[in-house]
Amino acid sequence: MLPDRYGHFGIFGGKFVPETLMPALKELEKEYLCCQKDRAFQKELYYLLTEYAGRPTPLYFAKNLSKYLGGCRVYLKREDLLHTGAHKINNTLGQALLAKRMGKKRIIAETGAGQHGVATATVAALLGLECQVYMGEEDIHRQELNVFRMKLLGADVIPVTTGSKTLKEACSEAIRDWVTNVKDTYYIIGSVVGPHPYPLIVRDFQSVIGREARKQIIYLEKKLPDYLVACVGGGSNSMGLFHPFLNDKKVKMIGVEAAGLGFNSGKTAASLLKGKVGVLHGSKSLVLQDKNGQIEVAHSLAAGLDYPGVGPEHSYYKQIKRATYVAVTDKQALKGFELLSQTEGIIPALEPAHAIAYLAHAKSRFKKNSVIVVCLSGRGDKDVTLVSSVLNKK
Amino acid sequence: MNRITKKFTELKKKNKKALVVYLTVGYPDIATTEKLILELARIGVHMFELGVPFSDPLADGPVIQASSSYALKHKINLDNTFSLTKRLRKKIDNPLLIMGYFNPVLNYGLERFAKNAGLCGLDGIIIPDLPTEEARALRSYLDKNKLYLIDFIAPTTDSSRIKKIAKECRGFIYYVSLTGVTGARNKLPRGISERLAYLKRFIKIPVCVGFGISNRKQFQSIAKFSDGVIVGSAIIKNIRDNLGKKDLVHKVVSFTKKLVP
Repeated sequence: MLPDRYGHFGIFGGKFVPETLMPALKELEKEYLCCQKDRAFQKELYYLLTEYAGRPTPLYFAKNLSKYLGGCRVYLKREDLLHTGAHKINNTLGQALLAKRMGKKRIIAETGAGQHGVATATVAALLGLECQVYMGEEDIHRQELNVFRMKLLGADVIPVTTGSKTLKEACSEAIRDWVTNVKDTYYIIGSVVGPHPYPLIVRDFQSVIGREARKQIIYLEKKLPDYLVACVGGGSNSMGLFHPFLNDKKVKMIGVEAAGLGFNSGKTAASLLKGKVGVLHGSKSLVLQDKNGQIEVAHSLAAGLDYPGVGPEHSYYKQIKRATYVAVTDKQALKGFELLSQTEGIIPALEPAHAIAYLAHAKSRFKKNSVIVVCLSGRGDKDVTLVSSVLNKK
Repeated sequence: MNRITKKFTELKKKNKKALVVYLTVGYPDIATTEKLILELARIGVHMFELGVPFSDPLADGPVIQASSSYALKHKINLDNTFSLTKRLRKKIDNPLLIMGYFNPVLNYGLERFAKNAGLCGLDGIIIPDLPTEEARALRSYLDKNKLYLIDFIAPTTDSSRIKKIAKECRGFIYYVSLTGVTGARNKLPRGISERLAYLKRFIKIPVCVGFGISNRKQFQSIAKFSDGVIVGSAIIKNIRDNLGKKDLVHKVVSFTKKLVP
């Protein structure tokens, strides 16, 4: 079972951090392995996921969308119905309990769209922990609503003003904070990225998505799905859906990246398709970079996908061809956004709108009666202002 | 013999401590970096870290971050840093090291990097985001070219890791004085002397202390217990404050002179 003891997924993963953090990562790994076996911990997490966050989420048969697509059978894993509006809470609940167990009083996090920041601020309020969230100044303007939510929940939102002023810099700044305050601070990473053991921890906490979906689809369809489809930014909702199906060799996995302004426009966030092997924020993976190894600024209308790196396990799945990765543009994603709203009465977040857009774009690829499970990772409330301003421009 | 080892042996005989200066290459331009190094070598700086800029310098505080993004805008990369080294090598014999993040090195190709670094006359490489566990491949290429990969030890490093690092380390150990990023501090944490004494039980090569050191008093107190002191942000800040001035080199040299024992 990967990762290996050094946190490697094949050539990817690992720990590329300043020495100061190495002991903290080791301590975190040790605690995490303990809590996996700790019944009381698991029970508390299960309780919160169920009674507080609203799990299990439904696996909804999208009849109208299926019809529109020409007869395949599309099921939506409704992570958008969770408390705080996205799958991020699965991970923050788990990690915050871990932080509490480790005796840490202060929590930090990075956030792009603000969904992870809100999910972190939420659990910090619930468990009585001090919380500071790093967020790029650019994202603060794009996601005002989430900034207000975080503040309301009692968190400090710290604007990051360096570089592209987005998620990439917010991550760097959170790591700098952690290096400085490592003794009393727990860093809740929001995706399957970062140094080992984070990609493992976040994957495990998010795997509840795929575990439930697997049971639900077998109950509903009496068989495994033919396809799993999910959007990939850092890759936590997709990894959460994919991983429990890893050994079901016939189940095809499709990760949908953000092609931004166009696949060859130079303004994309498609790290798996356009990136090269590199090291960013503590792990080796596929990274958007220039010829000198400088990290490029990603672009996507969806702030949650706007990141030049990706989780190392996805890079590994791509390399061993266990999963296929595709990309759709901002424009296509907007169509996906409208499509799901109009066919099913569900307004998706812009991130999973990419997955919906891919289905529409590649509908001829799917045979009649193919069973497709799509992770609807979040709801679109946070995006309506942005989308309306983009659509009104036209 | 590698110039780093040679320098420490020489200093030890004279009972002196090494002053290591960090400069961001190309801040404010590559010709000035060259002039600064030559002048600083003349006033007694023993070794130089040539900072190669990176887009995401996560171990650096605001001062070096700003100098790094400035240098990036002026297209500083590994190749023009190698050329700078080559020019310096014709004039000075001080140990020269590259300080840079891992991704540009990985992108360059580890084998090619080690070869070109050796050819231009570098002596060591310092990579703050490459801990010992992940360093094996690069270290073996550097060994072949007689270059040292410098390891870090931090205040948080426990004894089992210290022993592990002791087995791998070459040249000198970069001891990080505090938990945090680079940047001048008015006060350094207590207990550095005890910590260094403890390290010395396992580490048989010289130990230099960096992060936060910004004045002569700090320099002297740290030098008592270590083999050398690394100064970066304080000098970069001085460069920043003198940007655009004709006598920048002179100003920075006289600022650094105050640190030299």
